[in-house]
Amino acid sequence: MATLSMYLVLGAALFIIGVAGILLRRNVLIVLMSLELMLNSVNVNLVAFSSFLGDFRGQIVAIFVIAITACEVAIALGILVALIRNNATLDVVDITIMKG
Amino acid sequence: MEFGFFLFFAAISIASALLVIIAKNPIHSALALMVCLVQVAALFILLGSPFLAAIQIFVYVGAVMVLFLFVIMMLDVREAARVRFLQGGTFPTLVVLVLLGAEMLILLLGSERFPVSATDMEVVRGEGALERLSTTLFTDYLFPFEVASVILLVALVGAIVLARSKAD
Repeated sequence: MATLSMYLVLGAALFIIGVAGILLRRNVLIVLMSLELMLNSVNVNLVAFSSFLGDFRGQIVAIFVIAITACEVAIALGILVALIRNNATLDVVDITIMKG
Repeated sequence: MEFGFFLFFAAISIASALLVIIAKNPIHSALALMVCLVQVAALFILLGSPFLAAIQIFVYVGAVMVLFLFVIMMLDVREAARVRFLQGGTFPTLVVLVLLGAEMLILLLGSERFPVSATDMEVVRGEGALERLSTTLFTDYLFPFEVASVILLVALVGAIVLARSKAD
């Protein structure tokens, strides 16, 4: 029987991996995917708490997180497509030089 | 038995999450992320919430990752695939990561406020749990639900406006 702490440690590990991807990689697509990973680790925590404390609210917040993530991905990829059209690079360091 | 499944899914999800940030080719990263999300859906089933597992599969694996793959294949990733994984100047980042991980582990494992075993699992796992979940969602959380639907609409319009070319 897996305990709550194990799920929380798994969530923390996934979160750290996501942070590592955001800080270490320079490809903007992989940065976005690492963001997904971090949001997903939060969902693991929410559902684990919901299950172990016998409370539905964790699952409901997780549903909202999933909905907002879908919005975020749609907007982020839209911005990405517009960006690539103007300035063909996937490197986050080059994208920092945006003026106007 | 359940613990074995937990270890299995957790190990695969962490391995595929590492693969997401290590893989050079963004398509490989996207596929590894898909594997990771499916494992997390399996963990949701272990936690007794098959509804969230289904949503996870539908929304993440079905919609989000397909969108990712679509955009990756639309863009030219051949140049990005040649970039080295680590590009120097990573030492401060690694220090920050180790500190963050150590802090999280100490807080999680040192805390005594988490319940050791499940206290009241029947409420969220037993018979009719999905009905109780939807009743809560559509009564107490009706307003956030409506706000989420408006946000989805805004994202839909915004994505079309952003990705549209200037010609039309």
